[in-house]
Amino acid sequence: MPEVVIRTSGLTKVYKETKVPVNALGGVDLEIMEGEFTAVVGPSGSGKSTLLHILGGLDYPTAGHVEVGGHHLNELNDRQLIDFRLEHIGFVFQAYNLIPVLTARENVEFIMLLQKIPAREREARAAQLLQEVGLGDRMDNRPTELSGGQQQRVAVARALASRPQFILADEPTANLDSKSAGNLLQMMAEMNRREKVTFIFSTHDQRVIEKARRVITLEDGKIVSDVTKA
Amino acid sequence: MYLLLAWRNIWRNRRRTLITLASVAFAVFFSSLMQSMQTAAWGNLIDNAVRFYTGYIQIHHQGYWDDRTLDNSFVNQASLQSKVAQHPGVVAVVPRLESFALASGTDRTKGTLVIGIDPEKEDNLTNLRNKMRAGTYLQAGQKKVLVAEGLADFLRLAPKDTLVLIGQGYHGANAAGKYEVAGIVKFPSTQLNDQVVYLPLPEAQWLYDTGDRLTSLSLLVDDPGKVEDVTATLQQELNATQFEVMNWQELMPELVQGFEIDRIGAQVILIILYAVISFGIFGTFLMMTTERRYEMGVMLAIGMSRLKLQSVMFLEILMLALGGTLLGILVSLPVILYMHNHPIPVSGNLAELYQNYGMEPVLPFSRKSDIFLRQAYTVAIITAVLGIYPLWFIQRLIPVTALRS
Repeated sequence: MPEVVIRTSGLTKVYKETKVPVNALGGVDLEIMEGEFTAVVGPSGSGKSTLLHILGGLDYPTAGHVEVGGHHLNELNDRQLIDFRLEHIGFVFQAYNLIPVLTARENVEFIMLLQKIPAREREARAAQLLQEVGLGDRMDNRPTELSGGQQQRVAVARALASRPQFILADEPTANLDSKSAGNLLQMMAEMNRREKVTFIFSTHDQRVIEKARRVITLEDGKIVSDVTKA
Repeated sequence: MYLLLAWRNIWRNRRRTLITLASVAFAVFFSSLMQSMQTAAWGNLIDNAVRFYTGYIQIHHQGYWDDRTLDNSFVNQASLQSKVAQHPGVVAVVPRLESFALASGTDRTKGTLVIGIDPEKEDNLTNLRNKMRAGTYLQAGQKKVLVAEGLADFLRLAPKDTLVLIGQGYHGANAAGKYEVAGIVKFPSTQLNDQVVYLPLPEAQWLYDTGDRLTSLSLLVDDPGKVEDVTATLQQELNATQFEVMNWQELMPELVQGFEIDRIGAQVILIILYAVISFGIFGTFLMMTTERRYEMGVMLAIGMSRLKLQSVMFLEILMLALGGTLLGILVSLPVILYMHNHPIPVSGNLAELYQNYGMEPVLPFSRKSDIFLRQAYTVAIITAVLGIYPLWFIQRLIPVTALRS
């Protein structure tokens, strides 16, 4: 029986960087089970990315409580949050965000280096992951030598390399053509099944929404619908 | 991989890295060249000034330097001279007896500085023989004098003429003597040239009735850099209530002041140079951090600690600084070695002035290793201080803000 691995209550985020405070999240109560493949949808400015950032320990909520994988993120300091992200979270960003001076293999290895995994193990896992995402023949290419779709596949391999409990993907298909997006989603769904990693997407993309088993809709920082497909 | 990452990062913008390396190298090259010339020129000047008269160190009776009279002379003990001569670092000991007298030629009289010398030892220190313009050099045991050219002209004296000295001897005794002029010496310093008379030491002691007394022992040392140590140890070894030991800095404070003024002037130029270079380096650091703000945000987001990110940035800074410094040393080393072996010749009046002081008419260059090391330290310190900015930038970077940028 899968257990609840993410729990938020009264999650609120107010940005006070402008003259008029912006309420990005207005009291979000949410529970996500282990191994879910969830899409958070909603119009621009609805709070999708903010929710993902808070769940990923990149940002603190203004109010409310957030517990991810048994960690109460409100209580962690900057250094503890970095360690939390390294050990538990894999990020996939819209703009791929690979390190441009490293090759595909080195980008995947890098996160394992941060985890102090021995070199031989790092090399083997990086090669295996890149094979799995279909880039076995492009391992020694730098990001600028890869297409957008290929870069995003490297980003997924990097996100999985640290064996995270959660993968948070912020608009992962936004910059991809239809075929690349389809392949990427297929690959992530496969890994979700196989590795039991919990995936949470923020997206506008209908293809992602169709693939997701649960769809949470946000509007003005509040959950307006939460549908789990049969 | 961190080293690899840092290395690849600095070559992301090849042109900017090359400009930064070149500006650091230029600063090291220019400042090394300047320091090399200044060190060698002053080293030469000090060596010549010291060999011109004072020696590197002098030993007097306590209180002599403030009240230079024969009453403050000391007994010339053989044990003292041999003790000083055997002191580590001392290569020559030159005894002198100095006082004043009225000197008369055929029909003119003038106040003079009379110096009793050991002719051979004096020549060893001051190259007095090379300053001869007429006649012959003094020999020990002679009852003859050497007269400075300006004084000889005033008294209308030539070699083999007679000079009469009248003055006050030790403890108020009368001092009077008649001497044949052995030769004429010329000094570039007008002050010395118009008033010096040299006598063999025993003759001067007889003239002033001092017995076997001296006013000073001038010392030459093997390494000018050890003068302060030798002075201090000699002062410890000799009876401090009886003797004062002074080094050339104390004997010629005006030379020290001149050196200090020149050094400060050079420092100001170097500070301006380094300030200009610092702005260039800082510009690079600013660009390195600003253009990678987003990427650094990603690195923090995926779990790279700030300390590791700062370490990578520090490695980049270190590579730029060390690379530029090494390049600067590699460029300046052959140039300075060449200049050391082929100093710049000086011509015209300046050349004549140099020769009058017994100096070779050239602008010399020093090849001392500390010249290069000093530049390396300076660049390292500047870079370390400027490098605080990127490290501070990373410390304050908020990943989520960087990802939004």
